[in-house]
Amino acid sequence: MSIFIDKDTTLLVQGITGRDGSFHAKQMIEYGTNVVGGVTPGKGGQQFDGTVPIYDTMFEAVQATGANTSVIYVPPPFAADAIMEAAAAGIKLIVCITEGVPVLDMTRVYPYVKEHGARLLGPNCPGLITPGASKVGIIPGRICTPGNVGIVSRSGTLTYEIVHQLTRAGIGQSTCVGIGGDPINGTNFIDCLAAFEADPNTKAIAMMGEIGGTDEQEAATFIKENMTKPVVGFIAGQTAPPGRRMGHAGAIISGSSGTAAEKIDAFKAAGMGVAQRPVDFVELISARLG
Amino acid sequence: MDLHEYQAKELLQAAGVPVPPGRVAHTPDEAEAIATEYGVPVMVKAQVHTGGRGKAGGVKYCKNAGEAREKAQAILGMDIKGLTVEKVLVTVAADIASEAYVGIIVDRATKKAVFMVSAAGGIDIEEVAATTPEKILYLPVDPRYGLLSFEALRMGFFLYKDAKLARSAAKIMQQLYTAFIAAGCSLAEINPLVVTPANELVAVDGKMVIDDNELDRRPDIAALRDESSEAPSEVDARKANLTFIKLDGDVGCVVNGAGLAMATMDLVKFYGGEPANFLDIGGSSNPEKVVNALRIITADPNVKCILFNIFGGITRTDDVANGIVTATKQNPLTVPIVIRLTGTNEEIAMEILKANGFSASSDMDEAVQRAVALAKGGAAA
Repeated sequence: MSIFIDKDTTLLVQGITGRDGSFHAKQMIEYGTNVVGGVTPGKGGQQFDGTVPIYDTMFEAVQATGANTSVIYVPPPFAADAIMEAAAAGIKLIVCITEGVPVLDMTRVYPYVKEHGARLLGPNCPGLITPGASKVGIIPGRICTPGNVGIVSRSGTLTYEIVHQLTRAGIGQSTCVGIGGDPINGTNFIDCLAAFEADPNTKAIAMMGEIGGTDEQEAATFIKENMTKPVVGFIAGQTAPPGRRMGHAGAIISGSSGTAAEKIDAFKAAGMGVAQRPVDFVELISARLG
Repeated sequence: MDLHEYQAKELLQAAGVPVPPGRVAHTPDEAEAIATEYGVPVMVKAQVHTGGRGKAGGVKYCKNAGEAREKAQAILGMDIKGLTVEKVLVTVAADIASEAYVGIIVDRATKKAVFMVSAAGGIDIEEVAATTPEKILYLPVDPRYGLLSFEALRMGFFLYKDAKLARSAAKIMQQLYTAFIAAGCSLAEINPLVVTPANELVAVDGKMVIDDNELDRRPDIAALRDESSEAPSEVDARKANLTFIKLDGDVGCVVNGAGLAMATMDLVKFYGGEPANFLDIGGSSNPEKVVNALRIITADPNVKCILFNIFGGITRTDDVANGIVTATKQNPLTVPIVIRLTGTNEEIAMEILKANGFSASSDMDEAVQRAVALAKGGAAA
């Protein structure tokens, strides 16, 4: 078991002939993901890698393949439209890897996706992976191993670091989800925590937040009120100066709000384990797996 | 990207918002000429990307043109929070009967552009929000319909009992929203929005922050960037496609990925050191990025040790190793370097580094501890 993706995931790659799209489409196929098609307007009828059919539009692609999931690698100016096209075509899980989508675009995309009953992950996220079953996005497959720890994070490489350390310590993962580093994203911590709570294969959760916004504080309240499974949290950016955007568009302390200290306090108040360093996850998670 | 007050006011004015007449001066002579041209009294206002200009003495009221010249002389070249004042805005001083606050931010919680208006203007809105939240009206805008007339009017009447003023304010709300969307803002505010004794509204101060992700599709807005108001190392880094933020410590950090870069800085602090910077070389594995990163970091005289922390996912660690070798051949290092890399092509990377006289670790904590010790002048752990 897992959350959001599994062996039944059928995937379309939007922007499959681009530099990033083609590279990662190959990686996902190698990992065993069921990539049923790709979309690049103007290249319909061709084949990717000799096996994967390419379509001009998402409507055609969904009609022909019945895919339930899509992953987006198109450049930032076209990403908002690509997300809405996927939702309109009936895709239920849309994963947007693209970094640099204007936030005003996302204010229009978010209600559109909701109205179409789809789930959006990202943008500006590494995607997700259910080790041994399916990978959608760019998380390196070889650092993961199947197991019982759910991972949810706003970061990319920091997540890899922690997953890698867990794997090395023999602790496997049920699903690893990167929700992305933008101020407005489709899926938040609470969505993932609720899914992990409901997933029988997940026994504990590792959660990596960062400065900016109040997502972590709201997640802490949710954990306290609704979760029976243990959650260990970490916040990146304790040394970040206020008012500066730390790489991720969403990683910014505005005035006095969104600091690492207030998020860590919220974690503690919710009775969560708090990792001070990435390496601390190994011990804190082990202790909670029993 | 932050805009200067005068730039924000130009955009507001273009959208129809009334602003006091004035212009930017780079010299005391120009300031005097502008004061003479537009009429006195005037305000002379430092144009720097930071708050608290008034408290720092960067905003002055001048009764006549000669005084405008004197104040401009004092303010130009002044240091405000580490930024040198290169230009001042000289505007006609408005007579003030009352002050209000009007702002729009992109709100993460509602995932919408949200208006904030308050009759308690002229002061820090965060302070108002903290102490007297009932004095602020929040109004989220549905992006599909834009700001509706009744919404704008509701805000107008929240600020002013007088119907004429409320209608004028509603018009300004629409104009502000138009400017906000047109420029791709993440924040736009008028503070204060002033009622003059003649019962007219005028935007005495304006502020806009542009979403960096909008700049590619808005070249006219991107052209407003004032590089003289940024740290030279940050300008250099942006041109090299690196995300770099200068800090005050002595451990120079080169990391791939924003989250890992922040976590690395935090770990430096955890082990008793101080990070000299945030630097994300991004996900690609271009050796030239490493060369540029090293050049920018070594230009900081505070840096006592350089720390590489690379987790190779998409980034190939052998590319990073090659970048380090190339860069240090071009410009030999004068400070110690600690390299941690793991992940994609780790074995090849280690061999490249070893063959060129570098040692490297695959453990993050070990590398950070070593870098902190070296920066303190101690022996390598």
